[in-house]
Formats: sequence, C-alpha cells, structure tokens
Amino acid sequence: MKVTYLDNNATSMPAPEVTAEMQPFLTEFYGNASSMHDFGGGVQRYLDKARRQVADLLGAADPTEIIFTSCGTESDNTALFSAIRSYPEKRHIITTRVEHPAVLNTVRYLQSQGWQATYLEVDQDGNLDMESLRRSVTTNTAIVSIMHANNETGVVFPIEEAAAICKERGALFHTDAVQSVGKVPLDLKNSAIDMLSLSGHKLHAPKGIGVLYVRRGTRFVPFMMGGHQERGRRAGTENVPYIIGLGKACELARERLNDENTRVKALRDRLQAGLLSAIPNAKVNGANARRLPNTANISFEFVEGEAILLHLSDLGICASSGSACTSGSLEPSHVLRAMGVPFTFAHGSVRFSLSYYTTEQEIDLVLAEMPAIIKKLREISPFGRSEAAAKSCTC
Amino acid sequence: MWDYTNKVKDHFRNPRNVGSIPDADAVGEVGNIVCGDALKLYLKVDKTTGKILDAKFQTFGCASAIASSSALTELIKGMTLEEARRVTNQQIAEFLGGLPEEKMHCSVMGMEALEAAVVSYGQGGKTVTHAEPEGKVVCKCFGVTEEKIIRTIRENKLTTVDEVTNFTKAGGACGKCKGDIEAILKQTLGAGSGQTAPQAKKTFAEMTAVQKIHAIEDALAREIAPKLNADGGSIELVDVSGTVVKVRLMGMCKGCPSSGFTLKSFVEKRLQEMVDASITVEEAR
Repeated sequence: MKVTYLDNNATSMPAPEVTAEMQPFLTEFYGNASSMHDFGGGVQRYLDKARRQVADLLGAADPTEIIFTSCGTESDNTALFSAIRSYPEKRHIITTRVEHPAVLNTVRYLQSQGWQATYLEVDQDGNLDMESLRRSVTTNTAIVSIMHANNETGVVFPIEEAAAICKERGALFHTDAVQSVGKVPLDLKNSAIDMLSLSGHKLHAPKGIGVLYVRRGTRFVPFMMGGHQERGRRAGTENVPYIIGLGKACELARERLNDENTRVKALRDRLQAGLLSAIPNAKVNGANARRLPNTANISFEFVEGEAILLHLSDLGICASSGSACTSGSLEPSHVLRAMGVPFTFAHGSVRFSLSYYTTEQEIDLVLAEMPAIIKKLREISPFGRSEAAAKSCTC
Repeated sequence: MWDYTNKVKDHFRNPRNVGSIPDADAVGEVGNIVCGDALKLYLKVDKTTGKILDAKFQTFGCASAIASSSALTELIKGMTLEEARRVTNQQIAEFLGGLPEEKMHCSVMGMEALEAAVVSYGQGGKTVTHAEPEGKVVCKCFGVTEEKIIRTIRENKLTTVDEVTNFTKAGGACGKCKGDIEAILKQTLGAGSGQTAPQAKKTFAEMTAVQKIHAIEDALAREIAPKLNADGGSIELVDVSGTVVKVRLMGMCKGCPSSGFTLKSFVEKRLQEMVDASITVEEAR
C-alpha cells in the first residue's frame, strides 16, 4: 500500500540529495577529521562547508556559532545546563507550559534540584502571554527558553521580541526551533537570540544529528566533556556523514522556504477547509494564531484520536494525535490542555503535518476518506446525539 | 503503536452489535467523555428464561475500548443474566486474544457496564450508571476507590503498581497516589502491613484538571442533573479552566428563558456549596 506521509512534525523523509551527499563518507572517506594525515584531515573542509550551510539557513553571523550535537534534545539540555552553570548565582528559569518534553522535563528536573521555575501560559488561540514574560524576567533569571513553533499546533511564538525583552534584563534567551527551521525564515545575526536548537530529521536529514547555535560572546559550559572537538564545546568524534547530510539538508531547506510558505501552505489550507466543511463539530486548534505553514491540528468532537489514527493507518495515511490513548499518560496533550481546549475536543485531535514532498493527490485522499471515518466512529459513540437526531432516528 | 492482536483489530474495524435498543430491558453505562472512554450497553432479556436475547453498545474511546465492547456483546448474547454477571474482564481480554497491558482498563470498563446493566434490569430497565465501589478514593484524578483497586488486584492477580494503573487507570495522570497503591498492593498480597498515607483535602485551585473534573462531574451527577432531569432538562460538563466551569444545558433547559437564572442561582450555587466556593459557572456556546 502506498504511504501517505502527513506526520512530518514527528520525522521527515531524508531527501535523496542528502543521502547521496552522505554516501561517500559512510564508505570510502571514513577518516577522522582530527587526524594529521591527509586522508582523515581532508574531511575537515567538508565539515566546514556543512557548518556554513547551517549558518546560512539560520542567518548566523559566523559558522563558528554552530555546534553539532546528536539531536534536538541534546541541544536543549546543553543550552539549559550551560546557562545555569555559567550563572550559578541566578536561580530562576522561565519556560512555557507548551514546550517539548526535552525542555519541559529538564526544567522540572532543575526545579527538583532547587531552581525556581516559571511556566508561561498561552491563551485559547495558543498565543504566548508576553505581558507575563515581561513581569517574570528578573536579574535572578539565568535563562528563558521559549520554543519557536509548537510541535503539536504549529503556533509560532514571537521569539525575536521575547529575546529582546530578556536581553534588556540580562537573562540568556534560548529557543527550541526544532519545528520551525526551514519553515519560518530566521535572521539570527539581527536578533537578540543567544542560543537555538535544531534537529536534522525534521528537515529531511536523517535522525541522529542536531545543532546548537551559540551566539559569539555568550558564556558557555559544555554538556559533554572530553576531547577538543567543536572548539572544545562538544566533545566526541564528529559524526562526519550526518553533519554533511545536515549541511545539504539546510541548503535545500533554504531553497525550499518559499515553496513551504506558498504551495505547502496552500495544501494545508485546502486540507483544513475541506475537512471543516465536510465534517460538523470539528475545529482547528490554534486557527487564529500565526502558525507554521505545514501544520493542521484539528479536533473532531465525540470521537477519540487513536481510533481515528488506526482507521487512517489502514489506508496508509500517517498522522498523529494528542489524545490520552496515544500518549504514555492517561491524560490528553499538555499543549491542548494549556490552550483550554475542552476535553470533549482534546481527545479527538488529529495532527496533519505536511512537507515539501506532499502532493495534491495525498490531500485529496485524506479529504475523500476522513468524513466516512469520523461518521463511522460517531455512529459508535454514545455522545453527540442531539435530541433532534434522536427523534428522527427510525430504528 | 500498540501491539493489538488480529482479533482486536477485527472487532475494532468491524464492531459487532453497535447501536441502541429502544425498548431495552437493561441499560448500563460507565465512564464519560472527559476521562477519554465511555460505554453504554443495552440488553433485551427474555423475561421467562432470563436469557439475553440481544445486546448492543455505544462506545467512545480508542480501538481497544471499541473492540472490548464488541467482544462483550458477543460473549453475553445467549447467556442468562445470571451467567452474564459472572463474566470477568479476563474473559473479555481472552476473547480478543489478549490486550496490551496498558489497555486492560478497557476490558474492566466492559465488565463494569455489564454490572450496571444487571442492576438496571432489576430496576425495570432504567439507565444505570456504574457506581464506583463505596470507600476511600485513592486516585483522585480518575476517582478510583480503594475497594476497586483491591478487587482488581485479587481478580487479576496483580503484583505491581504499573499493573494496577493499566487495569484501573489509578495513578495514570498525576501519579501522586502511587505510594498509596503500593501500600494497598502490599496489604492485599499479605506481604506486609503498609499503611496508606492520609490525604489532605485540596482546594479547587490546587487540584489537577482531572481531579477538578471528577469533583464537578460527581456533584452534577449526584445533585444537579437529577433536579434538572425532573424538569425535562439535562446538563453536561464542557470544560474547566482555573475556577471557571463551563457547562452546556440540554433538553428543556436549552433555550429556556430562565436558563441563565438556573445556571447562576442553582448550578453555580450548588457547585460552590458542594465543591468549592471559588467556582464560577458559565454556559458554553
């Protein structure tokens, strides 16, 4: 069965151009970039090129601001731990209620170790409470970590503005931009953002490679101790093929940014509008906020997300849900709950996330199949039967 | 991705006996939309033989909840009520070739709906909502009592806290009661005499979202809904945000000119008395 992959916020297909670029470094050019001989040392200039490709996509002032890591989670942990170790006298951390667990659980851990933590609220559209940020940042704040775009709803936060507020008060500003890089333009050199995390596998590079951007002049303490790699900021032999793959992926993302914000966005909008018009009692979460062009998080009242996903999966359609049954916990998505999405809607949420590789035909398939799936599940459900419907029932 | 058996997948894709029975002799329901799963079971019973002639269900929930409901109706058709009341959650799970550990509570839900239906039959077919066994509430998030935990431990021979969570949901949200569950396990298994820690009553603002919902649902079910039902109306909880409780008035209440009055002077007042004085009630649009 053909796979219709609409779960790109979970992970994305490695671009063929990316895997082709990596191939020689998985086979013949296996040298260690730190070696003195030409065979190994010769790899260095390819790493330099990749570093430049990443810096260009982010609008960084200098490639040396790019540190390669193993994943987005490592980047997030590095940023948070570096900040608290660089400013040991500051005992306060600010983040949001809707962060990815990579940040949220790290902050909770630090809280258990004696740091104070503030979790900023979002409103029902998913927008961040900037007033509360202004009130919360003090001279005791070591770091403020606010995601650029939310993985579940695609809502984009005004990180440039948030970073400027933090700079004024002397607090470091970090953003988890794992979902937004390649979808929203960035110009780090003209911002006050001190640190930024990104992950390769969300932008068509393979899993196992990430980046932490650290602005020149930012105090920094490494997370991984050991060798001199990455200018002493991240020990461990460079993951040469994956770094080269990520460089290529960033080059492609830069070229495709326009497609993402025109063609992909139009497909997303068509998917959303089509589903809402064909299916009653459905709504888009975060509809009124600025959102990523590829993400549609839609709630279908009176039905449960896991059941929807399994019916979609039977048709080869891949999506995600914020329902309790799909998470490890028995509560629905912390993001939808923070937005005040009623439980009746939160349990029936489905996230479709598109990419450069998404086609018109794939959207047509979802639009053709989804109404029947929801109808079938609603026929099984004891909820959502209005009195009028019950009366007209002839059974 | 859950590891469902082919039988679970089959009963999820093609559920048997979906629907309602208009002149049912027994109607049992369990769970609610807020908790993430709910099941309503309808039975048609031969009054002379006590045999279940027909069984139908409506379920809100994940694939295993739907499959468990379907399996339950297939299992009990043709049984007498007396035989059906002895059906256990293990039989439902076995019928499906097993359920993932984390989903065992779906089979427990089936058993509970059946118990409620048996009570309903004794009351002339009036809908009966499954009542948690009396006793101290251990898991406040999902409203699970000590009695239910002890009974589930015994019937399913459970030995770990995680298993108790998988079967009853207790401890599955905030996790604060895991120590209490551990103590109950020890006591029940006779491996010691662990004491359950006393639990301080939380104010509404301190409760987790699920705890709030349980407190409100409980008050609505016990006092408020029956009063509105008497006037041909009904009420459902839509959302809780902070101390603001959003409800939807239904039936005769819907569009009733005095519904605003009902909402403030009855629903809000009773919730303030029964749950917490800080509560305000709004009508969901």
